[in-house]
Amino acid sequence: MTAPAKIVPAFDVEKARADFPILARQVYGKPLVYLDSGASAQKPRAVLEAMTRFAESDYANVHRGVHYLSATATDAYEAARRTVQKFLNAAREDEIVFTKGGTEAINLVSYSFLAPRIQPGDEIVLSVMEHHSNIVPWHFLRERHGAVLRWVDVRDDGSLDIEAVDAAITAKTKLVAITHMSNVLGTVTPLKDIIARAHAKGVPVLADGCQGAVHEILDVQALDIDFYAFTGHKIYGPTGIGALYAKRAHLKTMRPFNGGGEMIREVTRDLVTYADPPARFEAGTPPIIEAVGMAAAMDYLMDLDRAAVKAHEHDLLTYARERLKDFNWLRVIGDAPGKGAILSFEAEGMHAHDVATILDREGVAVRAGHHCAQPLMERFGVTSTSRASFALYNKRADVDALIAALAKAREILG
Amino acid sequence: MDPSLRELYQEVILDHSRHPRHFGALDNATHKAEGYNPLCGDRVTVMLALDEQGRVADIKFQGKGCAISQASASMMTELLAGRTVVEAEKLMEGFLHLVKGEKAADLSPDDREHLDVMSGISEFPMRVKCATLAWHTFRNAVEEGETSADAKAGAA
Repeated sequence: MTAPAKIVPAFDVEKARADFPILARQVYGKPLVYLDSGASAQKPRAVLEAMTRFAESDYANVHRGVHYLSATATDAYEAARRTVQKFLNAAREDEIVFTKGGTEAINLVSYSFLAPRIQPGDEIVLSVMEHHSNIVPWHFLRERHGAVLRWVDVRDDGSLDIEAVDAAITAKTKLVAITHMSNVLGTVTPLKDIIARAHAKGVPVLADGCQGAVHEILDVQALDIDFYAFTGHKIYGPTGIGALYAKRAHLKTMRPFNGGGEMIREVTRDLVTYADPPARFEAGTPPIIEAVGMAAAMDYLMDLDRAAVKAHEHDLLTYARERLKDFNWLRVIGDAPGKGAILSFEAEGMHAHDVATILDREGVAVRAGHHCAQPLMERFGVTSTSRASFALYNKRADVDALIAALAKAREILG
Repeated sequence: MDPSLRELYQEVILDHSRHPRHFGALDNATHKAEGYNPLCGDRVTVMLALDEQGRVADIKFQGKGCAISQASASMMTELLAGRTVVEAEKLMEGFLHLVKGEKAADLSPDDREHLDVMSGISEFPMRVKCATLAWHTFRNAVEEGETSADAKAGAA
């Protein structure tokens, strides 16, 4: 998934920071150190301005009117779809379904693709590091259709054993649903290998790209993946918008999801016929302004040297690991080779919420809790962790602030 | 150092969280409930023995959680032991007002003095739920958590 090795100019983090207005603010009189981009990323001016510009000059409902603005809005909405296509390197724009987020994208696959194919006893393979969005939709199929969830464990360092995944895929497996990047451990899964193994047994693969889409460079054709779900607000775009990539061949066989306007061909008193994908899965007025905003976020990312961004984020992670070595009371959870810029840790004798409260007063925003990944918390024997997640706008000084704030937490609570 | 942090994590609170009072199982519990904060995964179980006058003859708690939730549970058990359910309800109302930074006019001077260490929480609205978890669990235990006669007989 990484770009071919090349000489990249150092990423100019200060230039990037200037693109994010919120980073100029202070909290409690201290500079904001935002290390919670894994929960939701901040928005560059380019995104905010694209949304405002569109709403101020080109906005109306899409695919409905014959008037001028209806055409400009429809053009912008469909242009956004082509931007997503480009971002994912999908073969066709009609393989992109807009959703309200990653969760809805996965629920769409669960309801429209998998549910009609499940017989009692059929299996769905998932890893213990999934977050709830990629667990609960499959539990629905367990409860309602008798599906069996086959969990693949991770190693103690958080890495995934491809042989364990392979062994879990049997003649009963109907889908492998796996994260692209763990939101707690930072583990990047070997998607290409997983897909090859699954396809060799005739099993489709869904990847939860909620974390992966922002940190990894995507090529759904090279991966040969069946479904890729992600959300806009974690890739520096707005909330309320996400997308599902699905192979055209799958989309054509899928039953409608929500019913309403936009997704029909014809409605009579007795009958309804449905539109072709992707419209079939986009009932009602879609999040139009948000689609424009997400596309602007993707354009923003694609204008950057993404390999340099990745190297920059990796540098932050490496630097943080190095600095944390002084804290022998702190256990980092997740140390898989090639992991992404997410750092979860447990502090001895200090609950994650107390740590996060003290960090917060130092201006340092981290996530504390179970990260909507309770099976993983159980796997590592913790009820909650603190998590610092790095984005392209973070800098080494942010890591220094985190370290100083952690020392303060130790002083107060330790 | 942010003074409100010192206020929040003052020694009394840290002491209660590190050495919680009335911690453990209560074999002769007449009422019991489990509280759960889905936000952080914290759990607390409150067990109490009510006597015939509706007085908290004994109370204990178990669970895992942050310093605030543990300290609050510990202090609650100290304050509620010996009170009637009606008195406990009144105290709880006062406590809830206090941690939300509202006027807690119904607290007696003595109770106010004991609970004053928790008033710093009102500066941390995201943490109020941590402080109230045990108290809400106590209320659930009284209202809906009567243990079965069998369990009581078994425990006796």
